Amino acid sequence: MNIHIPTPLRAYTGGLETVSVAGATVNAVFQQLTVQYPDIKQHLFTPEGKLRSFVNVYLNDDDLRYLPNKEETAVTEFDELTIIPSIAGGKSC
Amino acid sequence: MLRIHYDDYESLRTHGEETYPNECCGVLLGKNIAGEGNHVRQIVRAGNTRTDSAHNRYHIAPQELVKIQRQARGLGLDIVGFYHSHPDHPAQWSKTDFAEAHWLGCSYIITSVDQGKAVLTNSFLLTGTGEDDKNFEDEPIQIDIATHVAEAEAHNQKGQE
Ligand SMILES: [Zn+2]
Repeated sequence: MNIHIPTPLRAYTGGLETVSVAGATVNAVFQQLTVQYPDIKQHLFTPEGKLRSFVNVYLNDDDLRYLPNKEETAVTEFDELTIIPSIAGGKSC
Repeated sequence: MLRIHYDDYESLRTHGEETYPNECCGVLLGKNIAGEGNHVRQIVRAGNTRTDSAHNRYHIAPQELVKIQRQARGLGLDIVGFYHSHPDHPAQWSKTDFAEAHWLGCSYIITSVDQGKAVLTNSFLLTGTGEDDKNFEDEPIQIDIATHVAEAEAHNQKGQE
């Protein structure tokens, strides 16, 4: 399946915006992504292996966090994952 | 150095005036040119989801970002930065802005809007290799008027009158 990589993380995918990774679940796809592109791992996951809190992952148009099976959701080669770090801020602390 | 067309620059400043006294936000699409910096080719206005505290916070819905990233891909462009406004507050990044900035290599533009009027616009480049060593660096803005010279000159003259 295709995974769309946000601008800052393309430094770890050889500049590619879209990478193709095989796997039967989102977890398996992530696993394979970090095998193919090992340097991306620490930017997506905490040392405990959890997705970093500011990293949003969309399976097609759905937020992974709100899918019933989350990372265990089954995927096909026609699905698309989009990785998108959050954008927020504000003038006060 | 951040390069942006005059029309886009004016448009993101106007956005901050329109949403005053709330913060506006949006996305910069363009290309990073090695050795030069981020060149903005188009800006995309986004909604501020922080309706609970929009006068001092902004947040772009990830769903909207996914759409904008898709739009960029269709145009052969990349997300190279973001902009937001500071109503009645300096055009400098805050602790919150820094803590919530995660797009390394991208430009974060901030416009101060005083009493509804856009005043200063500054850009900050998020540098570093990760969350541990990230840093905001002052980034000069080059405003390009080349493609709309006549129009831009008209604007300039108006500004000088
Ligand atoms: Zn801010």
